Amino acid sequence: MSSKRLTFPASEDAIRELRAGDEVLVDGHIIGIRDRTQIRIFDQGVEPPLDLNGAFLLHTAPNVRKVAEGKYEKMCIGTTTSARMVRFTEPLGREYGVRAICGKGGLPDEAIEPMQRLGMVYFAIVGGAAALETTQIEEIEEVYWEELMPECLWKFRVKDFGPLWVGIDSHGNSMYRDVQTEATKRLEGILAGL
Amino acid sequence: MSTITATDIEAAVEDAAAHLYVWALKDIPQDLRDALADAATRETSVPGQRVLQTILKNVQVADNEKNLVCQDTGIAVYTCRVGEHFPLHPARIYAALKTGTERATVEHPLRSNAVHTITRENTGPNTGYRLPIVHWEFIPDWDGLDVKCVPKGSGSENMSFLKMCVPADGVKGIKQFVLESIVGAGGKPCPPGIVGVGIGGSADYAMYLAKEAIARPIGTRNADPHVAALEEELFGLLNETGIGPMGLGGDVTVLQCHIEHADTHMTLNPVAVNYQCWAARRASAHVNANGDVEYDREF
Repeated sequence: MSSKRLTFPASEDAIRELRAGDEVLVDGHIIGIRDRTQIRIFDQGVEPPLDLNGAFLLHTAPNVRKVAEGKYEKMCIGTTTSARMVRFTEPLGREYGVRAICGKGGLPDEAIEPMQRLGMVYFAIVGGAAALETTQIEEIEEVYWEELMPECLWKFRVKDFGPLWVGIDSHGNSMYRDVQTEATKRLEGILAGL
Repeated sequence: MSTITATDIEAAVEDAAAHLYVWALKDIPQDLRDALADAATRETSVPGQRVLQTILKNVQVADNEKNLVCQDTGIAVYTCRVGEHFPLHPARIYAALKTGTERATVEHPLRSNAVHTITRENTGPNTGYRLPIVHWEFIPDWDGLDVKCVPKGSGSENMSFLKMCVPADGVKGIKQFVLESIVGAGGKPCPPGIVGVGIGGSADYAMYLAKEAIARPIGTRNADPHVAALEEELFGLLNETGIGPMGLGGDVTVLQCHIEHADTHMTLNPVAVNYQCWAARRASAHVNANGDVEYDREF
C-alpha cells in the first residue's frame, strides 16, 4: 500500500500513476460541487463560471458564515454521498477535463469505463469526518451561483487534505466493485446457512 | 412564589430544542464513542483501520474546536413523551420545537437542508411544511416532558428499505432482507453505523419502529428475548459481509443491530431497515412542570 501526495489542478499523467487502494494527501485548489450545481450545468445547460480543466471536485455543501458580499468563512465542511451524482462523471471528464471526483461511499460501476477512457480517478474520503476536513481547508477563495446556497460552486484552497483513497483508478480498477463482489459471495454463504 | 405560565414553559421547550439540536451535532454520545474505539481495535484491514482512526480523530477535533462532527445538519427529528399533566399543550410544544430549530439554524449558524420536495427551493431555517418531524407518545399520570433530538443525515436516510415479507417467509425472510439491504448499501450510509430494523405492525409503522431502533443507545437489547436473540444474530452476520468501514472492505461493517417490533396482522410480515451512520447523533432533555430543563436524560 503506497502513500502519495498530489497538487491540484493535476495533469493526466499524474492521475494515471495512481492505483486503486493508494492512500493520497492533496494540496492546492479543489472545487466544491453538488446535486443542484451539476443539474444546472448538464440538465439546464448553464456553463460553469470557472475553468474545471485538471480539477479536483469535492461532493459537498458546506456550513459557512457570510462575512462580506461574495465572501464566506468556513464553519464546517464535509463530504456527501457520491453515488447520487454518478451520471455526471462522463461529461465532467469529456466536456470539462475534470481529473478527480472526491466523495464518500463510492461511485457505481458505470463510472469505471469513463474514468479509464478519460484519465480520471475517484477519491474516497471518510464521510462524516467534517470537523477534521474543515481544518484542512485553508480558505474559501471563491463562490459562484450563491442563489443555490448551500449547493453553490465553491473554490477551496487546501493543505494535507485527506486521508483519501483511490477508490476507482484510471486503469479499470474499483475498490467498490471488488468489495461488492466479495460481499455478494459471502452473502450467498450466509444465506445458505440460515 | 412566582407563577409559572404556559408562555414560560413554551420558552423553556424552545430553548431546549435549540440547545439539543446543536449539542447533538457537536457531541456524540459516550456509548457511540466507546463502540467506535472498540471497532478500531477489532478491525484488521488497512484502509478500515485508517478510516476508524480518522473517525476517532475527527470526534476529538470536533470536541477541541467545538465544531460539528459532520457537516450534514440533517433533518431535525424529535421524539416527545408528554405527560398527561404537563402544563403545555402539544400544539404549543410543536411550535416551540419548530422555533427552537429555526433559532439554532440562524444563531449558530447551521446549514439549512430543508427544501420544497417538488421545487427543491431551500426553505431557509431547517424547518418547513411538516418539518421538523415530531413523534409523540403520551404518558398517563405524569406531569413531565421528555424530548429527544435525532438530527438525521441524508446519506444514511437514503439507505432505508421496506419489504412486505409474507408469513411463509418467516424470520428467515427478515434476516435475508436485512442482510441484502446492508450489502446493497455498501459504503453509502457511512458505515460502521447502527442498523435499525422495524418488524411487524404495518408498512408505515415498521419504518417508524426502525427509526426508533436507531436512536437506542448501543449496549441496549430489546426486552423481548426472541427479538434480542435476532438482534445478536444479525449483528454477527452483518459483520461477516466484509463491507467494512466506509465500504472499503474490512471486519467492522456495523456497530450494532437494533430491532423494534409490534404485533401484526396474521397475513403480514413487514420488515423495515433504517440506517444510522457512524455519527449517530442524539441528545435528550427532560422538562418538568415548572419549566426546569435537565439534559442528557436517555429515554
